This record gives sequence, C-alpha cells and structure tokens, in this order.
Amino acid sequence: MSFFMFANQLAGVSNRRAFLSKSGLLLSGTAVALLAGQDALAAKGGQAAGSDISILNTALGAELEAIAAYQLGAESGLLQKPVLDLAVTFQGHHKEHADVLSKTIAKLGGKAVLAKDKYNFPADKLKTQEDVLRFAAMLEKGAVSAYLGAVPLFDNRDLSKAAASILGDEAMHWAILRNALGEVPVPSAFVS
Amino acid sequence: MRALVRSWVLMAAMLAAGAALAAGKDGIKGGDIKAGQEIYARCLACHALTYDRTGPRHCGLFGRRAGSVAGFAYSEAMKHANIVWDAKTLDRFLANPTQAVPGTSMGYAGVDQPQERADLIAYLRHENDSPECRNAK
Repeated sequence: MSFFMFANQLAGVSNRRAFLSKSGLLLSGTAVALLAGQDALAAKGGQAAGSDISILNTALGAELEAIAAYQLGAESGLLQKPVLDLAVTFQGHHKEHADVLSKTIAKLGGKAVLAKDKYNFPADKLKTQEDVLRFAAMLEKGAVSAYLGAVPLFDNRDLSKAAASILGDEAMHWAILRNALGEVPVPSAFVS
Repeated sequence: MRALVRSWVLMAAMLAAGAALAAGKDGIKGGDIKAGQEIYARCLACHALTYDRTGPRHCGLFGRRAGSVAGFAYSEAMKHANIVWDAKTLDRFLANPTQAVPGTSMGYAGVDQPQERADLIAYLRHENDSPECRNAK
C-alpha cells in the first residue's frame, strides 16, 4: 500500500480535527501525569533537579526548532495534500511536546528556553516535496536518538517515562516519513 | 586453486580491515567514515556541520577549544571545560558527555561502543576536511 493510499485512508476514517483532538487528549493525559509527578521533586530542588532541567531545556530547544522546520515545510509550497496535512499534524505534536517540556521546566523551578527569532535551515536545498520529507525524516530520526540518549540520564524516572513517550511519537513520525519517501518504514528492530 | 583464491580473498579482506581499523597517530583506533556517517545521524536533532543549532556546528571542530564558537550559548560547564577537541578528547567526551563535562547541556548518554566512536570521529575528521566545511563561515 502506498503512503498516499495510507494517508487518504487515514483522512477517510478520521478527519484531521478528530485526529488532532484524540492525540491531544492522549498527550494531555501524559502531560497531566508528568506535571503532577513533579511536585515532590520541585519541592526538593537541588542538583538532581538542575540536571533534569538542563536535559529538558535541550530537548525543548530541539522541539522548538522542529516546529520552525515544519513551518518552513508547510509554507514552502512544496508539500501537496495529504502530505501537507501530515506535516501540520506532526508539527502539532511537536508543539504539544514543547508545551509539556516548558511547563515541566517551570514546575521544577527552571527557566524554559524560548524559540529563537531565526533558525538556520538549508532552505536553498529544499526544492521538492521529497527534499522536504527527507529533511523532516532526518530531524525526526535525530530526535529519536536524542530522546533515547536522554531517557537514562534523568534523575526522576517520571521524566524518563515522559521522554520515552515522546520518543515513541518521534519514531512514528520518522517511520511515516520514510514510507512517504518509498523507504522501508521501520528499517531495523532497534533504534540507536 | 580454489583454496589459493580463497586464501587471497581472505588476506585481502584482512588487509582492508587492518587499514580501516589501524590505530591513528593520536592513539584512537581508526574508524570507518561511512559507518560514522550513519552514526552521525543520531546527532542531527541538535547538530549540523556548517551552522549552529541546539548544539554548535561541527565544522572547525578539530583543534577548537571547547565552548569557543562565537555567538553560541554554551553552558558554563562547557565554557570552562578547558578542552581542545581532537580524536582523544572527542573519544572521551562522546563516551559519556555528562560525566566528561558535568553540567554540559548535551544531555545525551553517549556512544558507548569504542568502534562506533572511532567511526564517528573518522567521519567528523573527514567532513572537517571537506569543501563544505572549508567554505563554511
């Protein structure tokens, strides 16, 4: 089944608004659990919380860049429906990740990084829909690795769980984008 | 005859592997550039070769003092790490960044396999010599 058939079926079964609403509900559940779990740690503060805040802020910085990258893709005029809808959906996920990360950092007593005024993207190399998809896939694959590298470092295991939850979402984005590019969606049994 | 050919093939394969994995002059086992490129994909959520992102650019890395890319917002820990990046210091840092430089913003567990680190460093060294890096600002 081609990616386009898959995407059209997705649109047929559940329109985008319903899909976003459902995914929002799921992530909100994670967010609520995550934020609720931070009270004790926030009260404790200290070096452990500081280290966790630093990791969360690095993740937030990457999420904010991903949001900007998808915005670039969406506004490029290169993406055709239904790819455009998926890009917007994925960007919405990144916005939700960023929102949760930002609130968690604040809850821990840290200062969340803000989106940059300007990001460097290789815009001159994005000339076709395939270029944009390949660029997005590269970012999503990197995000999977980044979260995988962060999961074991958190002092608070609730944060490891939340990072793993986001990792799963990024991995799904990567697989869908690979499929759209005509590549094997899931190239191996493990991610690294 | 078949046995002779097989032994030549085996010898050629061993020589090729030896060339790829021989220890470099800095004491780090040589790496495979292509394998290193694959491993570099893990870095691409935060890094690029020619421009700064969540992490600093990698062009100009070898011989650069840690925390010294102009305009990049490093952690205090990295600014004061007193490291000059070469194969040895990269190998130590990449194995466990938060242990090598406590307080670094690079909240990443590391590349724990020595051969993977050697491959990654070989790729970075190769790219640092590329026209893309040489032409980067």
